[in-house]
Amino acid sequence: MDMDWGYLFEVSLTSVMGGGLYALAGLAFVMVYKATRVVNLAIGEMLMAGSYLFFTFAAMWALPLWLAIPAAVLASGVLGAVIERTMIRPLLGEPPISAFMVTIGLGSVLVGLVEMIWSADQRRLPDFLPTQAITVGDAFLAPKIFWGAVIASVFITAVLLVFRYWRGGVALRATASDQAAAYAVGINVPRVFSLSWVVSAMLAAVSGIIVGSIGGISSSMGVFGLTVLVVVIVGGLDSVLGALVAGLLVGLVEGLAGAYLGGEYKLLATFIVLVFILMVRPYGLFGTREIERL
Amino acid sequence: MTQNATDLVLEVNNIEVVYNKVVQALRGLSLAVPRGEIVALLGSNGAGKSTTLKAISNLLPLEDGLLASGHIRFAGQDTARLAPQQLVRLGVSHVMEGRHVFEDLTVEENLVASTYALSGRTNAAKPDFDLVYEYFPRLFERRKGLAGYLSGGEQQMLAIGRALIAQPTLMLLDEPSLGISPKLTEDIFAIIARINAERATSMLLVEQNATVALAVAHRGYIMEGGKIVIDGTAERLASDADVREFYLGMGGGGEARSFKQLKHYKRRKRWLS
Repeated sequence: MDMDWGYLFEVSLTSVMGGGLYALAGLAFVMVYKATRVVNLAIGEMLMAGSYLFFTFAAMWALPLWLAIPAAVLASGVLGAVIERTMIRPLLGEPPISAFMVTIGLGSVLVGLVEMIWSADQRRLPDFLPTQAITVGDAFLAPKIFWGAVIASVFITAVLLVFRYWRGGVALRATASDQAAAYAVGINVPRVFSLSWVVSAMLAAVSGIIVGSIGGISSSMGVFGLTVLVVVIVGGLDSVLGALVAGLLVGLVEGLAGAYLGGEYKLLATFIVLVFILMVRPYGLFGTREIERL
Repeated sequence: MTQNATDLVLEVNNIEVVYNKVVQALRGLSLAVPRGEIVALLGSNGAGKSTTLKAISNLLPLEDGLLASGHIRFAGQDTARLAPQQLVRLGVSHVMEGRHVFEDLTVEENLVASTYALSGRTNAAKPDFDLVYEYFPRLFERRKGLAGYLSGGEQQMLAIGRALIAQPTLMLLDEPSLGISPKLTEDIFAIIARINAERATSMLLVEQNATVALAVAHRGYIMEGGKIVIDGTAERLASDADVREFYLGMGGGGEARSFKQLKHYKRRKRWLS
């Protein structure tokens, strides 16, 4: 078969950029898992909640974008804090499966709320990404995907820097590393848990807004979370680097499968990657292997 | 109690601790730490030494433990309702058994994490990293490295250094000698004694190694089965016949004996204290 290298390049580039959104949502997931060991299956629905909040502020209340976006992100942060305080905090000390089940319930509750408030219809978000075509060499890139990837990488970088140098980031990593010791050095561990949910919800909202402005929003957009789960499992549940690399990898695999095999093979391809990675590295690409001193 | 109550940094009064709602670990334990002194808490495995420290620092709930009865007062204040981090901020630092350094963080970040202990202090305390590096120059050399890659002795230094950042009034030290060579143990205990002398930090020191502990301590308690069985000044304990035999390994004249002659672990019951 004659290979169209230009097409391959274009598809790969677009897919990797689309993967940037998976990376951002994966980061939101890892944030909570690392700090609190809660597997948040509602990550897709939190993404959806963020995009609907944006829809409300921008389309229904007609706020200007510079106000609507931060407002949606902040409101999502509040939502994250409420979820943590009312649903997760009471389960402190319970087996992990309890919190896990609660997040499944949380997903359904969020879908239900969205359908009650905004109905189940598909909606369009106001266009705010530039629409001028982007070309790299001969490759043509959809502008929304390009700018979505740019925004995602800006946020990812910001989060990484903040958690590297800000003292609260040290507290979060300390709590993730050894909870009892975190208490013993005076860190307010419950507040760190709360912080991780707030940040996670805000990151999910950012990705939700971008995903929604690319493909529209609906009450079923939570299925995006399914792919995010693949991403974080492939990357290793507690690894930030893993979420980033796996996000791009899964984006690439999904894009290639979609372009060469057809859209219905996208999920199949990503789950094959998942099965393969789990066979080779059960803890994911960068999942924790404890530092061992011999 | 002969001492004036205001001289005591810590008073533990008749406490009972229960794990998992069924296992009783402490049965009416009482002890006191006078201000500025090192108090050793000795005893065999499973006597409840670590449990006592966790009860004092309020870390019991993390292990499903509960302070079922009794009172603990730090500087005259009842601690029962304080969260662990509040207690640390008041001036009780717990250096846990097995060191518990943050392995994925650098040495420096470990110390930074400990600066949370200073928040909410009235006298606007600033973290003093140089102080830690002065006591432990090795940590300064390795400050950019991950704590997980430190040797056991260095991790113990870091654990104590972390507590130092918190500028505690009372330091709870749980087996600083655990898994560390005799030479390093000696060094670490010398520094513990220095910190106590130079910074007037009161200390409650849990140890299996009774010899080194009694060498730095002012007074000591010996625990058995969840309560105190002997207490007294460090000199008195070090010369007590039972303590010498069972905890210092120097019973019966000190000459080597064969296992055949080894008498059964039998002891006078003590009903005092």
